[in-house]
Amino acid sequence: MALLELDDATVRFGGRAVLDDVDLAVAEHEIVCVLGPSGSGKSTLLRAVAGLQPLDGGRVSLDGRDQTGVPAHKRGVGLMFQDHQLFPQRDVGGNVAFGLRMHGASRDEQASRVRELLALVGLPGAEHRAVAALSGGEQQRVALARALAPRPRLLMLDEPLGQLDRSLRERLVVELRELFGDLGTTVLAVTHDQGEAFALADRVVVMRDGRIAQSGTPLEVWQDPADEFVARFLGFDNVVPASVTGESADTPWGKVPVPAGAPQGPGTILVRPAGVRLVPAADAQLTCTVAARTFRGTHVALHLQPADAPRLEAACALREAPEPGAEVGVAFDAAEIVVLEAGPAS
Amino acid sequence: MDLARTEVADKAVDKAVDKAVDKAVDKAVGRAVDQARTTRAGSAARLGLMAVPVAFFGVFFAYPVAAIVERGLHVDGAWRFGRILDVLGQSDIRHVLWFTVWQALASTALTLLIALPGAYVFARFDFPGKQVLRAVVTVPFVLPTVVVGTAFLALLGQGGLLDELWGVRLDTTVWAILLAHVFFNYAVVVRTVGGLWAQLDPRQEEAARMLGASRLAAWRKVTLPALVPAVAAAALMVFLFTFTSFGVVQILGGPGFSTLEVEIYRQTAQILDLSTAAVLTVVQFAAVGLILGVHAWTVRRRESTLRLVDAAQTARRPRGAGQWALLGGVLATVVVLVLLPLGVLVQRSLDTPDGYGFAYFRALGDADGGTFLVPPIDAIWNSLEYALAATGIAVVIGGLAAAALTRRAGRLVRGFDALLMLPLGVSAVTVGFGFLITLDEPPLDLRATWILVPLAQALVGVPFVVRTMLPVLRAVDGRLREAAAVLGASPLRAWREVDLPMVRRALLIAAGFAFAVSLGEFGATVFIARPDNPTLPVAVARLLGRAGDLNYGQAMALSTVLMVVCAAALLLLERMRPARASTGEF
Repeated sequence: MALLELDDATVRFGGRAVLDDVDLAVAEHEIVCVLGPSGSGKSTLLRAVAGLQPLDGGRVSLDGRDQTGVPAHKRGVGLMFQDHQLFPQRDVGGNVAFGLRMHGASRDEQASRVRELLALVGLPGAEHRAVAALSGGEQQRVALARALAPRPRLLMLDEPLGQLDRSLRERLVVELRELFGDLGTTVLAVTHDQGEAFALADRVVVMRDGRIAQSGTPLEVWQDPADEFVARFLGFDNVVPASVTGESADTPWGKVPVPAGAPQGPGTILVRPAGVRLVPAADAQLTCTVAARTFRGTHVALHLQPADAPRLEAACALREAPEPGAEVGVAFDAAEIVVLEAGPAS
Repeated sequence: MDLARTEVADKAVDKAVDKAVDKAVDKAVGRAVDQARTTRAGSAARLGLMAVPVAFFGVFFAYPVAAIVERGLHVDGAWRFGRILDVLGQSDIRHVLWFTVWQALASTALTLLIALPGAYVFARFDFPGKQVLRAVVTVPFVLPTVVVGTAFLALLGQGGLLDELWGVRLDTTVWAILLAHVFFNYAVVVRTVGGLWAQLDPRQEEAARMLGASRLAAWRKVTLPALVPAVAAAALMVFLFTFTSFGVVQILGGPGFSTLEVEIYRQTAQILDLSTAAVLTVVQFAAVGLILGVHAWTVRRRESTLRLVDAAQTARRPRGAGQWALLGGVLATVVVLVLLPLGVLVQRSLDTPDGYGFAYFRALGDADGGTFLVPPIDAIWNSLEYALAATGIAVVIGGLAAAALTRRAGRLVRGFDALLMLPLGVSAVTVGFGFLITLDEPPLDLRATWILVPLAQALVGVPFVVRTMLPVLRAVDGRLREAAAVLGASPLRAWREVDLPMVRRALLIAAGFAFAVSLGEFGATVFIARPDNPTLPVAVARLLGRAGDLNYGQAMALSTVLMVVCAAALLLLERMRPARASTGEF
C-alpha cells in the first residue's frame, strides 16, 4: 500500500482549479519529484498534503487513512519551505529542536537528536549560532535538519535548492539523494528545475495547470516526453507539427525519419539536438546558416537557420563547431526523434 | 512620533495588501464566494476580535460624541441646524475660529522652517551622540502639554528667565504659544521627514548628476518630489495637533488667545453654556475629520514607488565648513529650543526664596487646605494608578484591534482602521465633555467611579498601541506559523511560539507610549477627574491658577516630576526599540 495517496484531489482559488483531479501515490522509501513551471500547482499540492490548504474535492490519505479534517500539526509529515522559514528569534539548535519539543521529547533527547542531525547535515556544533548569520546553504541544511528531526513519515520539500547558486545546488542535490537513500526517507519534493528533479528523484511527475502531464522515471520522461508541453518544459525547442507516414514524417524541415512503430498521421515531433547531425553538403537533407552558438561545457549548442523554416538547435562537439555565419548541411537521426502525443498546445 | 516611523514601515505591507484587496474586488462574484468559503473561519475569528474594540469605541467614543451633537443641535424636540450658523455668527466665536486657524498655520510653518534642517541633519549626517540626540528631541512629544506650558512660562513668562535677564516677556504675545508648539512638534517633522529622507537612495541623485543636472537641480528634481508627500503628512499632523491645542494655550494664552478647544472648555466649565459648547464641538469634529481625511489621502499618495535603502548606509560625516555650520546650527536649535525650556523648568523648581533647595518639592507633601483637599503629592499616586489602569485598557483594546487588522480584508476593516485613529485628533475636551453628559445615568453611571478617568485616557492611548503593534504583527510571516504547524504545533501553540516572542517587545513599547500619553492627558481628565483625586497635569494647572511664589514653585516642582517620569519612560522605550527586525532579511 502506498504511504501517500491522493484521489481526485482538487483545490480551487476563485473559479480556477489550481489542483485539478490529481491522482498520485508515493510508496514508502520512494523519492518523488513534482516538476512544473511556476503556477502549475505544485506548491499547492504539498500544502494540501501537509494540511495547510483544505481540499475542495477528493482525498489525501496517509498510510491508508483519510486525512480530511486532520489539522496540519497532527499529520506527522514534514515540510521544508521554499525560503526555509527558520524561526528568526531562535538559534540553530532551537530551530532544529522545535518539532521535538512539540512532540514532548525530553531535554536530553532533544539535545542528542539535535547534535546527531546537525552532524548529519554537515553543521556539527552549530547549535548556538544565530540563524540570521547563516549563509543560504547553511540555512537550507538547518531547515532540512529541522524537518527531519521529528522523524516525519513523509518529508516534503518545496523548491529545496531554489535560492542557492548553481554550483552549491549541484553539490547539495547529490548529498540529499545520498542522505535520503541512507535514511530510507520517503520524499515528495517539488521543483521547477528539471536538472534538480532528475538528479534527486526515483520518479518524476510533471505538472501543468493543476494536472499531471506525465509521470515516470527520470529516464522515461527524458527519453519519451509525453507531449509538446513536457518536451518544451524539458528545454527542447526542436518541436514542430508533422505528418507521419510509415517511417518518415513531413515537417517544415523537409522529410525526417522517425522510429519504427510511431503513431501515424498528423501530429507533433521532437528532434533532440543530438539527432541533428552536421554532414558534408553532399549528404545533407537540409542546408542551414549558423546563426549563433552557445558554449555548454561538454558540447556546443548551435542555432541553425534554414532558408525558410523554423530555427533548429543542434549539439556538436567542441572542436567541430562551425563559426557563426558558416553554411552547414544537416541530416537527421531517427533514434533521437520522438513523435509526441497530441497534447494541448502550450 | 511613532506615526511617522510606523507609516513608513507599514507602507510596503499596505501596498501589497491593498493590491491583493483590489484584485479580489475585480474578480467575479463566484471567486468572492469561493474565497469566503475557504476563509470563513478566519473572518469569524477576525470579527470576534473586533467585537471588543468596536463595543469600546461605540460606548466610550461614538455615544458621547453623538450625545454632544444632539445636545447642541436637537432643541425642544426638533433638529436645529441653524444653531450652527447662529453660534458661528457671534463675533467672539468668529474671533476664536480665526485665531485657531491662523495660529495653527503659523505654528506649522514655523515648525517646518525650524525642523526641516534638523530632518536633513538627522537623515544624512553621522555624528557622535546622534542616537541620544534623536531620543532627546523626541522627549517633548510625550511630555504633557501642561509641562510644556509651564516650562515656557518659566522661560518667557512673568518672572521668567528672559524677564529676569532682559525684562522681556512673551507670555502676553502669541509667540509663547507658537514657540511651545514648535518645541512640541519638532520631533514630528524630524521623524516623519527625516525617517524617509534617510532611506532615500543617494545614488538616485548621483544618477541625475551623471545625466548633467547641477547639485541643486538634482535635489530639486529627484529628492524634493520624493519628500513632498512626507512633508505634507508631517505638516498636516502638526496642523492637527496645534489646531486642537489645549494645555499649552490654556496656560500660555492670555486673554484674546483662545483656540476652539479652550473655548469649548470655557463654555462648558466656566460659562456653563453647554449648547454653544456642543456646537463648537461639532465644528471642531468636522474640521478634524477633514484634516484626517486629507492626511489619509496624502499617505495613500505617498505610496509611490520609491527606492528605499537601509538608513544606516546613507549617513556620513559632514564635510566642509557649510555642512559643519549646518550641523552646529541644528545642535544650537535643539539646545535653545528643547533643552533650555526643560532646564529652566528644573531650575525654577529648585529656586526658592531661601536659595536653591528642595523646599518646593517638600511642600508638595503638605495639604495647604486651599488649592487642594489633599496634598499635591497625592496627585502623583493618582496619576500613576490611573495611567497604569489606562495602559492596561489601551493595550487590551488596542492589541485586539491590531490583531483583527493584521490581515486586512475589505472596506469594513479598513473603515475600522480609520475609526481607531479618530480619537488621536478629536479633541480630548470633547471626549471629557461627552463622558460628563452621557456616562451619568444607569446602566452607565460611571461618574462616581474611579474608572472614568482611565477610560478616557485609554481612548487617547489606543491609537498609539494600534500604530505600534500593527506593523509588527503584519511583519510576522504567516508561513512561520505554518512551519510551526507542520512541526506539530497546534494553532494556539504556534501563536505562542512564533508570534508572541516577536510581538512581546512591540507590546512593551506600545504599553510605554500608552502610559506616557495617559500620564500627561489633560484635556479630558480636567473635566472628569474628581476634585479630591487630581492627576499630575490637573494639579499643575490648578497650582498655576493661583497666585504666590509657593504655588508657582510647586507647579514647577510637580511639572519636573512629570517630565522626569515621561522622559524616563521614553528613553527606556528608545533603548528597547529593535534595531532592525531580522525577519525575512536573507
